[in-house]
Amino acid sequence: MSAADWSADEMMTVAAARQLRDGTVCFVGIGLPSTAANLARVTHAPGLVLVYESGCLGAKPDRLPLSIGDGVLADTADAVVSVPEVFNYWLQPGRIDVGFLGAAQLDRHGNLNTTVIGGSYAEPSVRLPGAGGAPEIAASCGEVVVIVRQSRRTFTDRVDFVTSVGYGAGPDDRARLGLRGGGPRTVITDLGVLEPDPATRELTLTRLHPGVTVAQARAATGWPLAVADGLTTNEPPTPAELAALRALRATSRATT
Amino acid sequence: MAKIVSLADGIAELVHDGDVVALEGFTHLIPFAAGHEIIRQGRRGLTLVRMTPDVIYDQLIGAGCASRLVFSWGGNPGVGSLHRFRDAVQHSWPAPLELEEHSHAGMANRYVAGASGLPFAVLRGYTGTDLPRHTATVRTVDCPFTGETLTALPALRPDVTVVHAQRADRAGNVQLWGITGVQKEAVLAARRSLVTVEELVDELTPVPGQVVLPGWAVTAVARVPGGAHPSYTQGYSVRDNDFYRDWDAISRDRDAFRAWIARHVLATEVPA
Repeated sequence: MSAADWSADEMMTVAAARQLRDGTVCFVGIGLPSTAANLARVTHAPGLVLVYESGCLGAKPDRLPLSIGDGVLADTADAVVSVPEVFNYWLQPGRIDVGFLGAAQLDRHGNLNTTVIGGSYAEPSVRLPGAGGAPEIAASCGEVVVIVRQSRRTFTDRVDFVTSVGYGAGPDDRARLGLRGGGPRTVITDLGVLEPDPATRELTLTRLHPGVTVAQARAATGWPLAVADGLTTNEPPTPAELAALRALRATSRATT
Repeated sequence: MAKIVSLADGIAELVHDGDVVALEGFTHLIPFAAGHEIIRQGRRGLTLVRMTPDVIYDQLIGAGCASRLVFSWGGNPGVGSLHRFRDAVQHSWPAPLELEEHSHAGMANRYVAGASGLPFAVLRGYTGTDLPRHTATVRTVDCPFTGETLTALPALRPDVTVVHAQRADRAGNVQLWGITGVQKEAVLAARRSLVTVEELVDELTPVPGQVVLPGWAVTAVARVPGGAHPSYTQGYSVRDNDFYRDWDAISRDRDAFRAWIARHVLATEVPA
């Protein structure tokens, strides 16, 4: 299948869905993470357990929800619990395998910002929604997958506010802070895939999407981007993956 | 036993200028009609508390009712930013808005502590983030058994909590179900509470998975059918996603916002 047949966003969503293994438990944010997680569930991972912070455990929506509290999530969940229960019983003790997050800014150690950009905290240039569930998802899930479009505005040398900790300032920071989860394992973008270097925990380009060059990825990164020795290229979306993604998007449009 | 009141009387009696007010609801059961009544009655200087201040808080902030916001995520879910909230933070319009910012886990546990009659909540959270640097109500406490350092946050005790629910009986016993968020905790943490309901019935039929707030734990109940719109009430209505999308354009512009409030809130008949 040629690049003309699919968009960069579709490639990104498919690559993110492929990260989710069947049978794992995934804490899902709304937007791109929710789309990718549901794509995984209707393709290769029918036993993927989706947890939404609204209290829906094991949601199996037949259309994409607009928000984390849409009725379709409650109607199709194994259990609907209170928000304190989601965080205290299910997330905090380490019962969730994968946390799936987006961000407005990300730095080379996978720290995420969804709070403020520019200026000061009291008088920011841009006020973003804030933390929501992200700090504790990033701290407590077995591992974290981040999905975010790559640009110099987003991939920044220093995040303006640490909303959610990745690897802090380096390899030992998570242990020093007492964070129990493993931290960001994979960052999926519209250009490729980044993974932390095992020694330095700095995010390194490990895969490109078809048709994307290293120069393009470097130009969209606000720090000197390291490239893995074994850099590979992702398989393009299969016709089945694309059809499933477009069907999901169509049902969400049809019902809203 | 809860008093059965009209929405206008309930807001007039229970919500005062300068109060700490929580209108809770986690996407589901958001008490929009009660928020509109607060705007109509012209409350000022409120500290608004909510895990997910969404469109109704955007409207209250833009209408000038609030001076402080205690929250963990302020956005239009699935759509984008709250523009009235952003305008207040970035440009102090129509008034400066002081922020006390937490995470969801923090806010949920603060309500639990309030409902439990405890002075503070304890959790693993916030560690390594920039939140404690800007939020004075984030501290640490050492576990007396293991010595582990944990995060401590003060209990939330709103002066008044307002929630929407499916139904109540004439003694004010309330049933609510579906996504229940932190509504139960927020009501039990508050000094006073107002529950707006879709229907008042003579006798409550038991519903599996329901949450019941006994009438003696609630201050007042008002019958407000459709009181959650454009949010939804499981079993009664579906979420009006088109409104949430439309709100993005309405709220971007100050004049368009004012015109919308004038037409759809201020000029609206107060429900009896």
